[in-house]
Amino acid sequence: MHWIAQLIFLAVLGTASYFFYRNVSRIRRNILLGRDEDRSDQKSLRWKTMLRVAFGQSKMAARPIPFILHFVVYAGFLLINIEVLEIIIDGIFGTHRVLSFMGPLYDIAIGFFEILAIGVLIACALFLARRFIARIPRFHKAEMKGWPTRDATIILVSEIVLMTALLLMNGADQALQQIGNNHYIAAGYFPVSGLFSDAMLHGCSENTLILIERSCWWFHILGILLFLNFLPYSKHFHIILAFPNTYYSNLNPKGRFTNISSVTNEVKMMLGLPDADTNAPPPESFGAKDVQDLTWKNLMDAYTCTECGRCTSVCPANLTGKALSPRKIMMDTRDRLEEVGNLLDKKQEITPDKNLHSYISKEELWACTTCNACAEACPVNIDPLNIIVQMRQYLVMEKSEAPNELNMMFSNVENNGAPWQFPASDRDAWTR
Amino acid sequence: MSEIIPVPTVAELVAKGESPEVLFWVGCAGSFDERAQKITKAMVKILHHIGIRYAILGNEESCTGDPAKRAGNEFLFQMQAMNNIAILNGYGITKIITTCPHCFNTLKNEYPDLGGNYEVIHHSQYLQQLIDSGQLKFEGGEYKGKKITYHDSCYLGRANGVYEAPRKVLEKLDAELIELKRCRSNGLCCGAGGAQIFKESEKGTTEIHHERAGEAIASGAGIIAANCPFCMTMLRDGVKHHNRESDVEVLDLAELVANANDL
Ligand code: SF4
Ligand code: SF4
Repeated sequence: MHWIAQLIFLAVLGTASYFFYRNVSRIRRNILLGRDEDRSDQKSLRWKTMLRVAFGQSKMAARPIPFILHFVVYAGFLLINIEVLEIIIDGIFGTHRVLSFMGPLYDIAIGFFEILAIGVLIACALFLARRFIARIPRFHKAEMKGWPTRDATIILVSEIVLMTALLLMNGADQALQQIGNNHYIAAGYFPVSGLFSDAMLHGCSENTLILIERSCWWFHILGILLFLNFLPYSKHFHIILAFPNTYYSNLNPKGRFTNISSVTNEVKMMLGLPDADTNAPPPESFGAKDVQDLTWKNLMDAYTCTECGRCTSVCPANLTGKALSPRKIMMDTRDRLEEVGNLLDKKQEITPDKNLHSYISKEELWACTTCNACAEACPVNIDPLNIIVQMRQYLVMEKSEAPNELNMMFSNVENNGAPWQFPASDRDAWTR
Repeated sequence: MSEIIPVPTVAELVAKGESPEVLFWVGCAGSFDERAQKITKAMVKILHHIGIRYAILGNEESCTGDPAKRAGNEFLFQMQAMNNIAILNGYGITKIITTCPHCFNTLKNEYPDLGGNYEVIHHSQYLQQLIDSGQLKFEGGEYKGKKITYHDSCYLGRANGVYEAPRKVLEKLDAELIELKRCRSNGLCCGAGGAQIFKESEKGTTEIHHERAGEAIASGAGIIAANCPFCMTMLRDGVKHHNRESDVEVLDLAELVANANDL
């Protein structure tokens, strides 16, 4: 009989891994639709940034309560995966608690995982409470309606269910160990499930216990594989992308905006500077009309966004009731990128009637003060402002669609060397 | 502050066969905006007081291009930048001081890509250096014990990570420094940046500068210290909106230091 279970397990594991691989390749392909940008310099600083911000969660600490709760879930995710490794080995070879040969070390580990599991369970329950009972405002902005809120709820509830299954499984296992069932070797220390394993022992027959243990075992591993394949469709993909995304962080001062080198050559030619390359082909377009015009880092940012809304909660425009929300900029970029990716998958044409500007309005783009509060607040070093500026560049340089007052400012700068209409010859009037 | 101080231009110094140790980049607001001119004059007095050989570009200075760049007009920005760089490099300028964090950021971070490499310092950093080196010695003067709050500008703070220098300067005033709830990297924008000051704001429930001025007034300070001529405009408008211009004053760091020194 055992080999049938092993076979089913292998088939499920293989299918889940295949789909996960396909999804990840699709996302990778989508990210690489973006423009080139070199972020391969300063490797040691990049590693340090990643360790500090992603691994060490340093930017989460700005808000202590979610920091602690998130840290528990995060530690749970990292460490309980060691137990998943055991589950996978057991599943393939039909063994039971294969790592228990490590003796006391194993006992300590299992005990620790149990404490983590109950921690994760409680943290997720509190997260749900923050969202739906305390109704923290940043979780209830316009862009969170529908799927984004469902996404978050699905994840939190599945974590709770998965952790419950893990603890029930351990409880039944311990009861079976006490009965002396041959298959259930005495191993592990169960500080949490130990609290109810006696009740299970007295309340259930040996067969029922085996049934509970096996179903929870299968439920747990199937749940995890399902979860793995849910990730690429969810904001929870950040648990993977947070690492590369922080590695490729912008290391320049935040005030330094990228220089468009194709413009530099054009301007040099206009000014008749000797080092202008007169043979360079004229640039095809300026700024970002659609996702492919953004850099691959902008697109990676979009897939990394956790939809936490820390950016939006400190955005001066959003705080004063404007339509702009930096989180929405990231969500829209991701949605549009998914749409473009799907068109490519279906070998359909990307028609010019729809682009990133169909998702993000001018009203949003022009409300930004370029204050960098969003980029500063983001726990995974996303830079929404960078996308906003590239979209402005498209509006101004391709479409000449700046607000009138800004066009006036441009012509003042051009004609008077100042954003106001004063004659340039009065610039030093204050000295007279 | 109405007396006329002779302010040398680089061209004048060069004509005499001299060159300035530092260039004072005045900026558009500092040149044309009436309120910001007072900041410029305060800075000039400090430069005179310490006796450094400085100069301005005068009418050879032109907008750095910052508002054009933030608004997405890269062409105009680079035109401005390259013209300015031609003049700066032509005079062999190596060190620039400016009282505007937008000029500071653009000159320091964005001109190098276009061939302009200078040591650029914001006046808050310069004032701190003068205090540290003992070139500028003063007591709190008229600000001793007064309640002062400080507004971090986005382009000095988050954009360039300068949080301590302005605070060190304020400490020297012997005043009671009250930090706002949203300060340093968490500071709230005044609403001017990104070329916003040149246009009406989008539809919303309130104005950013009303919100920020309200926060500063609520701190109970009688003086709001600023480091940017645009923040100055926004905060003063905000204070006016709350009808508190009679008891809440907005002053630049340079003005505070000049006043404390009776310059
Ligand atoms: S940079 Fe723009 S989008 Fe980001 S917080 Fe400031 S105003 Fe909001
Ligand atoms: S951009 Fe960053 S701060 Fe904003 S919602 Fe996404 S993860 Fe959170």
